[in-house]
Amino acid sequence: MNRARIATIMVKELRQVSRDPATLGMLLVVPLFLLLMFGFAISLDVKHIQMAVLDRDRTPSSREFLQSFLHSEYFDLKQVLDRESQIDGLLDEGRVLVALVIPKDFGRAVGNGERAEVQAIVDGSNGTTAATAIGYVQAVAADYSQRAFVRSLERAGVTGMKTTIDFQPRVLFNPELRSANFLIPGLIVLILMMTAVLSTTLSIVREKERGTMEQIIVSPVKSMELILGKTVPYLFMSLVAAATILATSRLLFGVTVKGSWLDLSVVTLIFLFGCLAFGVFLSTISDSQQVAFLLSSLLTLLPTFILSGFVFPFRNMPVVIQAVSYLLPGRYYLAALRAVMVKGVGFQAFGDQVLALLVFAAVMGGLSVLRLRRGK
Amino acid sequence: MISFRDGGAGSAGAAAENAIHTEKLTKRFGSFVAVDSVSFDVPAGSIFGLLGANGAGKSTTIRMLCGLLAPTSGTASVAGIDIARNPEGVKRRIGYMSQRFSLYNDLSVEENIRFFGGVYGLSDRELAERQRETVRLAGLEGRERALTRELSGGWKQRLALGCAMLHHPGIVFLDEPTGGTDPISRRLFWDVINELAQAGTTVLVTTHYLDEAEYCNELVLMHAGRIVAQGSPGALKREVITGSVFEVECSDPVAGMSTLRGVPEVRETAIFATRLHVSLDKDQDVEAAVGALRSAGLTVSAYARIVPSLEDVFIRLIDRNGEAKA
Repeated sequence: MNRARIATIMVKELRQVSRDPATLGMLLVVPLFLLLMFGFAISLDVKHIQMAVLDRDRTPSSREFLQSFLHSEYFDLKQVLDRESQIDGLLDEGRVLVALVIPKDFGRAVGNGERAEVQAIVDGSNGTTAATAIGYVQAVAADYSQRAFVRSLERAGVTGMKTTIDFQPRVLFNPELRSANFLIPGLIVLILMMTAVLSTTLSIVREKERGTMEQIIVSPVKSMELILGKTVPYLFMSLVAAATILATSRLLFGVTVKGSWLDLSVVTLIFLFGCLAFGVFLSTISDSQQVAFLLSSLLTLLPTFILSGFVFPFRNMPVVIQAVSYLLPGRYYLAALRAVMVKGVGFQAFGDQVLALLVFAAVMGGLSVLRLRRGK
Repeated sequence: MISFRDGGAGSAGAAAENAIHTEKLTKRFGSFVAVDSVSFDVPAGSIFGLLGANGAGKSTTIRMLCGLLAPTSGTASVAGIDIARNPEGVKRRIGYMSQRFSLYNDLSVEENIRFFGGVYGLSDRELAERQRETVRLAGLEGRERALTRELSGGWKQRLALGCAMLHHPGIVFLDEPTGGTDPISRRLFWDVINELAQAGTTVLVTTHYLDEAEYCNELVLMHAGRIVAQGSPGALKREVITGSVFEVECSDPVAGMSTLRGVPEVRETAIFATRLHVSLDKDQDVEAAVGALRSAGLTVSAYARIVPSLEDVFIRLIDRNGEAKA
């Protein structure tokens, strides 16, 4: 290996990137854009559910029941209704997600310790949000009904009664359950995978298309020198992209790295090596930039987005799909990233992930050197 | 010296003076034979032309000699080194310029030179000296900082040649180097090639321009992967065209050609722009040909015996259906 030759290729690569707005944009602007988009626009938190209420009872009990919804930040009262026929229109227009119907004899039933039926009509067009909203409605209603039950016991002379189970969940690692803490590591995986794989693949295939690759292959440059010269510049740029995402997510969303920066850097480097090698491998099987672009987006972006655990949990996937997800480096890197960033734990907690990433990098590196040699 | 399709021309010994030596070099892609048992020798310091239509197997031959493709069978040595056994050794001793003058369009002239110099492992001192040399060779003095994409075809072509020569190889392979450039650029380019050959560099060049083939010391004519003829341009003309060639100006060359096909004295007719080239066994036969044209109602304004061109040779060797004549 000749260091001067590697350096020559690296300098050339950096020069070309610095003159190519499209690549620069892809490496630095697209990550920021994705971050802002995901950070601001997509939130998995369900808060401030718009609610309408039709109170047919209009007693202190029914008002108290309604208040117990509005005390939490989960429900906002949008409109008080007079007729049931208004409900359909509100749901159709999407102005409210939940309409609550309190029946006429609600107060009396609650006072007598009888059964009172409350109806909640929910817009189910977004299944996830609807399920969450139903969960909240049930929780609030259950809490109210328990308090009402205790009160009716007290009235009957049974005192000193407390609710039997006092459920107090304590959430570790992400106590406010903010989805930014959960989404940003996934976003880092997605962005790094895209920039690293796409930029290396395109930079090599472009040379194949232009014919300059042939000119390099007839020179005494060795495959390994070529691979290093072409990938190391993109490794640096991907690291810069990663640092930019981390800094921006801290500034805008207050997402911090709880664990060690060293662990974070090491696991990121291993992941990037695998991605770059994968990029080189893809470049050996594509002959045009279009094919390269399609292949790298199909094989990185989509699977990483859907199957790495970024948004959709593994446990909900069919077994076959779960098995496929084990082939994705993004899966392991995401688990490791969440461990370092959100939980703040060290290597001992995600050794398996690091091992899997090392295996991926080794296999892809070996494959691409082999393919590049045979390509000669 | 001339030989036809026997594939064994001059293959005995003599490897020392020959910069390139191939023996029964063959390349198959599946069932397609791109290069079929090709043998030739390139004397050191000569300009050697590989001539043939697109798809004749010229580029595949060059790509095997440069180590870009492995031969299916047969052997070849470049600068005395076996291409199959030591391709890396070959690479250090050759320069290669592909059909597309492969330069980086987004780099400047001097950045391209520095990149290729660096890839060939030149020291900074060598590089500075070779850069001046290359810029002079390409005629790009004062434009060192211009981006390559701003150069026209001719300049790019000479710069690409300069980049392929940076490490001063003894042998240089030029694959259709003048494709798509204007006649003046082609002429200038051949001046550079002559300059290189005079300095002792062996030049192997492929082309389908027959006028360019005239500049070569030695030619190999390829067709459908095989060597159809080889020799110097002069020898090829003398020995392939045994009779005489007349240039005939007539009012309708296309009608003239079909008329002449029925004349027994005429061996071959070809249209060159508005004129006909008529191959005959004897000079006297021209009267029969002209007579036939006139009696067919065509006006013959002039006719004269000409020195046959390589194109006449080519037409004699390859018939209209593109089949090589035995």
